[in-house]
Parts: sequence; structure tokens; C-alpha cells
Amino acid sequence: MTKSNERKLTIARAMAEAVQQEMQVDPSVFVMGEDIGALGGVYGNTRGLLEEFGPERIRDTPISETAFIGAAVGAAQDGMRPVAELMFVDFFGVCFDAIYNLMAKNTYFSGGNVKVPMVLMTSTGGGYSDGGQHSQCLYGTFAHLPGMKVVCPSNAYDAKGLMTAAMRDDSPVVYMYHKSLQGMGWLATEPGATVHVPEESYTLEIGKAKVARQGEDVTIVSLGLGVHNAIKAAEQLEGQGVSAEVIDLVSLVPLDRDTIRASVAKTGRLIVVDEDYMSYGVSGEIIASVTEHDISVLKAAPKRVAYPDVPIPFARVMEQFCLPNVDKIVTAFDSMKAA
Amino acid sequence: MAPTRDEQHWMYRNMVTSRKFEETIASIYFEGKTPVFSMADGPIPGEMHLSDGQEPVAVGVCAHLNADDIVTATHRPHHQAIAKGVDLDKMAAEIFGKATGLSGGRGGHMHLFDADVNFACSGIIAQGMGPAVGAALSRKMQNKPGVAVAFLGEGAVNQGAWHEAMNLAATWNLPFVCIIEDNDWGISVSKEDSTAIANNADRAAAYGIPGKRVADNDPYAIYEAAGEAIARARAGEGPSLIEIETYRLAGHFMGDAEGYRPEGEKDALFAKDPIPKMRGKMIADGVATEAELDAIEAESAARVKAAIKFARESADPAPEDALTAVFA
Repeated sequence: MTKSNERKLTIARAMAEAVQQEMQVDPSVFVMGEDIGALGGVYGNTRGLLEEFGPERIRDTPISETAFIGAAVGAAQDGMRPVAELMFVDFFGVCFDAIYNLMAKNTYFSGGNVKVPMVLMTSTGGGYSDGGQHSQCLYGTFAHLPGMKVVCPSNAYDAKGLMTAAMRDDSPVVYMYHKSLQGMGWLATEPGATVHVPEESYTLEIGKAKVARQGEDVTIVSLGLGVHNAIKAAEQLEGQGVSAEVIDLVSLVPLDRDTIRASVAKTGRLIVVDEDYMSYGVSGEIIASVTEHDISVLKAAPKRVAYPDVPIPFARVMEQFCLPNVDKIVTAFDSMKAA
Repeated sequence: MAPTRDEQHWMYRNMVTSRKFEETIASIYFEGKTPVFSMADGPIPGEMHLSDGQEPVAVGVCAHLNADDIVTATHRPHHQAIAKGVDLDKMAAEIFGKATGLSGGRGGHMHLFDADVNFACSGIIAQGMGPAVGAALSRKMQNKPGVAVAFLGEGAVNQGAWHEAMNLAATWNLPFVCIIEDNDWGISVSKEDSTAIANNADRAAAYGIPGKRVADNDPYAIYEAAGEAIARARAGEGPSLIEIETYRLAGHFMGDAEGYRPEGEKDALFAKDPIPKMRGKMIADGVATEAELDAIEAESAARVKAAIKFARESADPAPEDALTAVFA
């Protein structure tokens, strides 16, 4: 292994590198969004691209999500491969028609004759007291509505491969990246997200989950930042003689139910960790995917560690009280044992 | 700029085809839906928005377009689709929800897509704007010819999507033309109850682009205004806004009792029906003979009849095909 092949990147750098490499080989790729040019993106994932590709292909937009995400749909249908950034996923409310009625449905409405090969990248998550309009995850909201693939990396290696795969996909892909994994100086970052990233271009299969940690006694399923909490919880549980397996979903749509079911069939126990709201969301979907398939594999009732059904509070103590964390995961396992 | 003889024949043919198509749809629509109106029943299920009276807008604009140019249409799309060259058989079959339809029955009459002629619709007011502006951006970035035209009703101009997209098109100087079909009614609410501005073309000033209002549903004036705007767009001189005074001879949707219309309005509108008017003008101008226009009408009627026959006789989609074509 050469020295350069050992380098580690943040997710932000990995995303930017994927876009850079794809733009070098595919002239139909361009980036559009708010502050993605000279600023390099509020979360750093377009940093350096303006210098290499110029303002025509690294296109700052006015604050007009409805128009530029709608425009990305039109450009995608006309042969381009736009990457559009919705700065905070919370902003979806001002532009959702362009997302779920146009981007997600035009392929279906055309009977497959029209392709919408675009990437909608958007930041998720809180934990830094940004209040209830800038801290949500909304994974379930996007995954619930058909016609868009939805991915969420937990580390830089996956981030690069997923971004390249998303840009090459002929269907729209919603690329949700967690702010606390980006590696931005002004945001506390989970160190585990900054990992070795190969310099060459590569893809990760969309729709394939990963076993992030092998185990025998309980399966902890999560995505994004939650994967890191799950791994830390698994390490704590190991101290108690419990062997926990951690599944990183990586993709929400398509959802790799087989990998989840195989793990739970092995461990017999299931905990889902989700920073999105508890009800009607990813946690319920994962549990249903297991129980409706074969409830007999379960040795205990499944548990959810998710955000309670309240808007995200501002005060640090209140927000931290609501967020999933390592202790809550360990407690969930303890209550499962006790039951 | 006036339409040539051939262009006038083309315009008349497409107006008549659209009208005959709508008349046929209207004659079939209530089959199975009465005596108690049930929207789901009959050979044409769902809502139906007819465009009778608005044909001059579609032909006056589309006379300047070819298959490579892009059109995004409204929830009232049939006249626009026909003028843009959407396959009439497949379009009819789509409206009937048949396997042979444009999307195999997945879209329906408000969601017609024909990739062969770059035609798309949205059933959501003003939401064709973003995709049209994006297609115009795509052409500019790829240095490929073509303009994008978004058709909208006057009610759409009060939507945020419209303003955002106009701003984007103007800021980026895109080959884009916005056509407002002002039929005076947003379902049952009049234009004057919806906006304080009488002439939506004046809104162009807010975006630093040319705006023009065309009066009286006149296909010749529409042709001229659209021709200038489209030529401007093709020349790289940026977007334009045109508002066209037109008339909706039918209700908002089939089954609409139109109780909101002032007394006598409909009679006055029918008296201004643009199709007989154009017919009279073409003959008076010596552009066509009675016999030629009769022949065009007969050919259009036959064309529509064949399309409706194709639609009626086509098979329903396999129900399980509903589960396909979600992704590319």
C-alpha cells in the first residue's frame, strides 16, 4: 500500500472528491444549489469544485429551492445529470412538489420513457442547538414516498462510493448526509466517520446494507450518525459479555431487508436506532420487515431508540434528552433481557 | 410576422383536431357515470379538464416549435399536446387508461409525457415552470439548440414556483418562454378576485424581461408574439413572458355546473369561438377555400375517430404492471 492510499478523508471531502472525479469524466454532471460555489457548500461538500469547473457547472442559485430543484428535474430529463443541494432537509417544505411530484414521479408517469437522473443531496440531524427548523432528519418522510432512491452514508468511504453511484444512477437519488459526520470545524464531528478513502473512483451498490460489526446476541440496526452510537453501544455491551451485531443500512430505498433478516435470524434480538421521529418511520419499517417475514426468529420484543415525537427543542439539555445515544441503546438491550 | 399559408393550414388543422378530440371525449365521458355522477366509472375515469376555446394559444405558439423543443403543459393539456405533436393514438389510450397509452395508463390525462416530442405535464399549478427552465438551462449548458416553453393558466402566476422560476430564467438568460393562458377563471374564482394586476405580462418588468399581452384569443396575434419571443430565445437573448387572453368554453372540469359564471358570459364566449372566426378569415383572405377547410375538418374528424377507436379497443394494462417503471 502506498502512502497516499492510506489517506483518510472526512465525508465532506469524500463527497467533493466523488463529484470532482465524476465531473472530470462526465460533462453532463453539474452542481446547483445555495452557496455551493465560492463558499464550497455550508457543509463543505462542494469545496474546491468552483476553482476547477467554474460557475457554469458549479452554479450558485438564488434562495429559490422550488425553482432550482424543479430546474434540476428538467435538466435531468433533458440529458444532464444535475447534483442539487437542499441545504437543510428541513427546507423541503418550500420545494416538496418539485421533489415528490416531479422528480420522483415523472419516470412512472412516462411509463419509464423519461429518466430523471439527478442527485438531491441534503443535510440532516441536529445536536448543536440549531432549533426545530434546522435539525431534523426526516429519513422516513423521503423514504416513504415512492420513486426516489434514498441513501445515507455513515463514513467517508461509503460517502464517496455512494455519491459516485448516485450520479451514475438513471433514477433520482436523495443523498442524505448527517451534519455531525461531515468533518466541519464548526460542528462537532464523530471521528469514526473519517476513514480511509481510495483515491480512485469507485461505486457502492445502492440498496445494499453493511454489517458494520459482527455479533451473535443482538442486532442493532441504524444509519448515519446512529451507526457510530450503535458501535459504541456494542463495545459497552461487549464488556458485559454481550455480542452485538451492527447493521449500517446505508440505503433506505431500496431497503436491504435480507441482510437485516439474516442478522436477526442469527441473533434473535433487534434494536433499531433512528435519529428521525419515532412514529411512522424507519424504526417501525425495520421491525415490520422482520416480524412480518418470520416472527419466530425473535427471542424478545424488538426495541426502538428514536427521536420522540416532538419538534426539536433549542435548549441543549432538552435536545440532548431527546436524541438517541449510547446509554439509551444499552438500556434498550437491558430492558429486552429483563422482559 | 404573419403565418404562411401552410402554417395557417397547420394551425387550423390542429385547432380543429383539438376541438374534435375534446368534443368526442365529452360525448364519451359521462358513459357509465350517470344517473348519479360517479367520477370513477365509465371508459374515461377520473377528472377531465377540457380546453375548448383555448386552441389558438397552443397552435400560435407551437407553430414555431419542433419536436426537439421542450414544452411543459398544464392540467388542461390536450390542445397543447396535440399542437406539440404528441402521438394522438397513444394520448387517447392514456386518457382511457389503456396499456397502449403514453405511459401504459400510469399517468392519465393530467400527466401526459411524450419523450419523442419533449412534452410533459404536471397536474400541480405552476409546477411545469421549474422543469421547463431546467430544460432551457440544459440546452444552454450543452450548447444545444432548442427552446423551452412553459404553458400556464393565469392563476399559476400567483404561485411562488412561477416567480422563482421566472427569476432563475431571467438571471441565467435562458432560452425560455412563459405562456400564460388567461381564461379569466381559476376553477371558480375570477382573475380579478385573485390578483390586483390586470395584465400579468406587466410582471415581466419585475424580472427585467420583455412582457406582452395578446388580446382577443387571436391566433394570428398569438403567432406573431410567440414568434418574436421564441426567435429571441433561440438567438440567446433570454426569456420572455406572454399573456394571452383566451376563453374557456367548458367548465373547469367535466361535471362543473359553472354557477360562478356571470349571466350571459358563456353565450358571449361562444359568439367569439375562435375556430369559425379563423375559418372565416382564412376564406376571406384567400388563404383557403371552403372545400380545403372542409377537407381539413373531415381529416381531423377521421384522425380523432381513429384515435378514440384505438383507445377504446386497446386492452387494459395488466394490473400488476402498476408495480413497474417506478425507477429508470
